[in-house]
Amino acid sequence: MKKTYIFLLIIIFLSLFAVSTVAAQGGVTDDRVNEIASQLFCPVCENTPLDVCETQACKQWRELIRLKISEGSTEAEIKQYFVDNYGARVLSEPPREGFSLLVYFVPPLIILIGAVILFRALRRWKTEDEDAVEMGAGPTSTSDADDDYIARLEEEMLKRD
Amino acid sequence: MTENMPENTAPKRGVPLWAQITIWTVLVALLVVVFMGLQRAQEGNVQAGAETGEFDFTMPLFEGYHYENVDEVSLTSLRGKVVVLNFWASWCVTCKDEAVELEEAWRYYQPGGEVVFLGVDYVDTEPEALEYLETYDITYPNGPDMGTKISQAFRIQGVPETYFLDREGVVRHVQLGPFRSTEQIMAEIDKLLAE
Repeated sequence: MKKTYIFLLIIIFLSLFAVSTVAAQGGVTDDRVNEIASQLFCPVCENTPLDVCETQACKQWRELIRLKISEGSTEAEIKQYFVDNYGARVLSEPPREGFSLLVYFVPPLIILIGAVILFRALRRWKTEDEDAVEMGAGPTSTSDADDDYIARLEEEMLKRD
Repeated sequence: MTENMPENTAPKRGVPLWAQITIWTVLVALLVVVFMGLQRAQEGNVQAGAETGEFDFTMPLFEGYHYENVDEVSLTSLRGKVVVLNFWASWCVTCKDEAVELEEAWRYYQPGGEVVFLGVDYVDTEPEALEYLETYDITYPNGPDMGTKISQAFRIQGVPETYFLDREGVVRHVQLGPFRSTEQIMAEIDKLLAE
């Protein structure tokens, strides 16, 4: 019985601690902050997503996200705030407009063109191989032609003699 | 002889000319874009002697900061004055090393009206930036680098960086890293004022 009371007290204590921690962070969990932060990159630490970057600049950015969430901003509004303040390059996924559209079209286009070229090349090689086999395997037509030619050649030689 | 011609002498089916031209155009355009990007990345920051006319900007100022009673400042409006353009951030440790010196120099030149100091806050968060300005009691015009357009125009490599512009808007001296003393800042300004 005594053990049960102690267990319950620990549970209550831990719950209170968790609640107070979240409350101290403006009621915003780290997971929620990181969910948005993972979609952003700080220009100072290139190639490191904001949610895992440990520089002071990135810590400040994450705190700003927390502040914006606690103020009631939506995910889209927070991302727009970052774009307005720091430029579109902070987005992990470039906006689907203007020059950034190239990012979405050019790589698939290049892959498609490459696939078409490869397909055509393979088909041509295959056709050439088949033709070569056919030419090698069909001696009758060429042999007949050669025989005819040799016969005519011999005939001409005999005439000269 | 013609009747003995092999059957596979039909005209070859190749990639149409228009498609070849398109593919090569796209490839060349891509290479040009990549080359220009690499070249720009290799260029480094704007050097002394560069004209700033081509990268004019208008910077909004932080709340409580004004320049000639206006809460924004454009670079072209500062023609005729020596401009000290300082890039900084609250998360930048070495920026703190020169904060006092910059403010001291500003307070020395401010009454004359011939020199303008501009603080450009680079990829910073506003609450911390305002705290920084308050901590170091910085009074010269300061504002955020919205969209990092100013820092991109000057191709800064980090913070702090300071650009000294003469009265015609030409970059005359670039300081990478913090200043060692107020005298160092003043020496650069005095050279430009003496012209």
